[in-house]
Amino acid sequence: MGDSTRETSTGAVERIFNVSQLLEEKGVSRRDFMKFCTTLSAALALPAGFAPRIAQALDEVKRPTLVWLEFQDCAGDTEALLRAANPTVGELILDILSVDYHETVMAAAGFQAEEALAKVVREQKGKYIAIVEGSIPMKDGGVYCCVAGRSALDIAREVCGNALATVAVGTCASYGGLPAARPNPTGAVGVSQAVPGAKVVNLPGCPLNADNLTATVVHYLVFNKLPAADALGRPLFAYGKRIHDNCERRAHFDAGQYVESWGDPAHAKGHCLYKMGCKGPETYHNCPTQKFNEKTSWPVASGHGCCGCSQPQFWDTMTPIYHRLPNVPGFGIESSADKIGMGIAAGTALAFGAHGLVSAFRKGDSAEGAKEDR
Amino acid sequence: MSKIVIDPITRIEGHLRIEAALDGNTVSDAWSSSTMFRGVENILKGRDPRDAWYFTQRFCGVCTTVHSIASVRAVENALNIKVPPNAELIRNIIIGIQNVQDHVIHFYHLHALDWVDITSGLRADPVKTAALAASISEWPLNSPTYFKEVQDKVKAFVAKGRLGPFANAYWGHPAYKLPPEANLLATAHYLEALEWQKDIIRIHAILGSKNPHPQTFLVGGMSIPIDPDSQNALNADKLIEIRRLLARSKEFVEKVYIPDLLAVASFYKEWAAIGAGVGNYLSYGEYPDPVSGKQWLPAGVIVGKELDRVHPVSQEKVAEYVDHSWYQYQGGAGRGLHPWEGETDYRYTGPMPPYQNLDTDHKYSWVKAPRYQELPMEVGPLARLLVAYASGQKQVQDAVNGTLKKLGVGPEALFSTLGRTAARGIDCLLVAEELPKWLDQLVDNIGKGDLKAHTGEKWDPANWPVQAAGYGWHEAPRGALGHWIKIKDGKIENYQAVVPSTWNASPRDAKGQRGPYEAALIGTQLADPAKPLEILRTIHSFDPCLACAVHVLDAGGNELVKVKVL
Repeated sequence: MGDSTRETSTGAVERIFNVSQLLEEKGVSRRDFMKFCTTLSAALALPAGFAPRIAQALDEVKRPTLVWLEFQDCAGDTEALLRAANPTVGELILDILSVDYHETVMAAAGFQAEEALAKVVREQKGKYIAIVEGSIPMKDGGVYCCVAGRSALDIAREVCGNALATVAVGTCASYGGLPAARPNPTGAVGVSQAVPGAKVVNLPGCPLNADNLTATVVHYLVFNKLPAADALGRPLFAYGKRIHDNCERRAHFDAGQYVESWGDPAHAKGHCLYKMGCKGPETYHNCPTQKFNEKTSWPVASGHGCCGCSQPQFWDTMTPIYHRLPNVPGFGIESSADKIGMGIAAGTALAFGAHGLVSAFRKGDSAEGAKEDR
Repeated sequence: MSKIVIDPITRIEGHLRIEAALDGNTVSDAWSSSTMFRGVENILKGRDPRDAWYFTQRFCGVCTTVHSIASVRAVENALNIKVPPNAELIRNIIIGIQNVQDHVIHFYHLHALDWVDITSGLRADPVKTAALAASISEWPLNSPTYFKEVQDKVKAFVAKGRLGPFANAYWGHPAYKLPPEANLLATAHYLEALEWQKDIIRIHAILGSKNPHPQTFLVGGMSIPIDPDSQNALNADKLIEIRRLLARSKEFVEKVYIPDLLAVASFYKEWAAIGAGVGNYLSYGEYPDPVSGKQWLPAGVIVGKELDRVHPVSQEKVAEYVDHSWYQYQGGAGRGLHPWEGETDYRYTGPMPPYQNLDTDHKYSWVKAPRYQELPMEVGPLARLLVAYASGQKQVQDAVNGTLKKLGVGPEALFSTLGRTAARGIDCLLVAEELPKWLDQLVDNIGKGDLKAHTGEKWDPANWPVQAAGYGWHEAPRGALGHWIKIKDGKIENYQAVVPSTWNASPRDAKGQRGPYEAALIGTQLADPAKPLEILRTIHSFDPCLACAVHVLDAGGNELVKVKVL
């Protein structure tokens, strides 16, 4: 067994376990484990030399419990977790964490399920990790999302409020997401807004990339604190750079080679999708490097532009999906900037200004945007 | 008479609550309620119809492609767009592999624990388990050592005293009937299926960037370019990988899922007489031929279990009622509205949380009550197969007859909880076997030099009529899915989805007719009302998906196109 027990200062017996031993029981070699730690170092944007430290820390960590709450969700983030790369070890981490409540996968139902959740809150106050998927409706006393007769808000306040930390997975739990898109019929918000006192880290994306969840949890286990985050509560290791900064098609953007219509020669050759509405220049996420489904692909690689899904309120600020991001105000190319959002415009202006590409957009640029923005 | 409540119903997508009245230990009445509402259709109003697939895809992250498909079809129908054959084939492959993966996940990860007692597997003899496995399948992952390993893993898990997601279940319940060896076998395959599903669904990532929520659909075709001479397009390399994954899917379904399904079913044959439900079945048909448009599985309606008569489906006959749902119609209660004319004014009148019971005499769910010619309809793999079977689809007839023969039961056994679960397996197998043919056709087209995957003629809204209306149908893994759209001045004027779980999880309608879940539960005997395992069996046999089921459009005419400046 990878478990042993020890007595704490308060006299309580705590389980300690040894990850290397557990891995061995699961048939994972030490070499594979080190490889995983190296991958995680990369995901966490740490130097490769950190791998041994991660491995060592995982060996010494205590066993926290995890509860996964679903509110106004589509279970897309749960499904993403089921498709996670680094499968054996990734699942193991969650296994180690003891997932005591997760409606989509748990065997128990009804009051027996709710009892499992109540027990965690009661017995492990301040020690467990809460994961939240889906937004929380604030309107009309929370009647738009109830579980076991309790409102999502009521549950979130209790469970997230008493958690060691809460991880909001996906854009809905982070910022309200789709339910919060205009006109936000149910008053949906993200968990940090619904439960202001909770310690929350946001992992937006639609769905989130499960590798980022694993990396966040491991970061916590290793360093005993949550990863550094940007102003929107997103860990810098995963959201510190724009899609555009790491895009495999960036060279085509710089060279002024653009797809002009679906299936044209430029599209087949993998040129830049900016003119087809790609929101990569204004979206902060590690999709180009981390990719999805065991690093098989990501949207731009499959010929579709980025939709900006890790940005707050992208459903309103990044749509229509197939309209190009507005160009720089003051250059007189298009007048749509104010319609789509000054935030986007300012950032894009910086990017395009820096690359001196304004002229590239001038030529042959009159048609689409102007016509569709009528 | 007493009443029990199961909330949450777990191992489904979404928030479902069942209230059941008991007469002794027998269910005498039941009410199905969804307790979550987002209003996505409301949010769609005023937006670009070409964006609708991306929004509606988020109705659900489990059946993650199905709303995209129905949505692009609805817009294409409204604008009279015919997609290129390659796009149709790519869609068939995406739809097909979604169906295969979804059914396997449902069987092992959502439904199996209703029939399989994992803890009983701890007492199994690994040697006998291997012999049992060999007797039902030639699947290579089989040896006493292997099953001993699986057993030890589970034992280690249990010994730690922390059961995690397996805690507080109905283990040891008298309704569990499998011998320990069958339980151990199923547990091993539960774990194998977890690995398998994430591999084979990479087909979605190859064709559409990621799963869940693939990003490759376009009104007019698909965004994945085809070019054998490009590394940034669908080329030989990617086609070969898809072929390998299709072979792997088929092998697992043939050698693991189907043998397990038959083995488990043979211990629970009494469930072939339980859980029939409304007895009306609706299928929209699926898998269009890329050129002729003829569907591989036909559309149709069966009324009152009459397999000798299949009625054609007509979209005008679909209407939704809200007499027991938390909405209000301007024209008053008691009538249904066709989706194009649908209106929704959401008015919660249930108890304020926290509550113990819903007011089931009045309104009690966020799900509307769709009816076809005023009749409740069951949808899903069973309905799909029954319609195909009764329409004379040869492959379906052979597969269904073969399965009935193996189980030693007649066609009447299909109208049941077990029939639903068996039909899902047959549907999965047939699609897994058909999938390589669509890939062959695609490869053939590409070989002939046809590289077109999108038709651009009506991409520009300048080429659209001022007003248009359309509908898009799709047989999703969970059954008949329809999206209805009205377009005006290049924007969405109205959007309505009537989805499989809306049909199945429907509450009562104006006439008081129960929905399929509700009807199917009546007469179910519970061994222990505090552990209503039998209710879970029947509800899970429908494969509920509640986030899908609840959606509304807004009649209030809220201005959605106004954009906030940040």
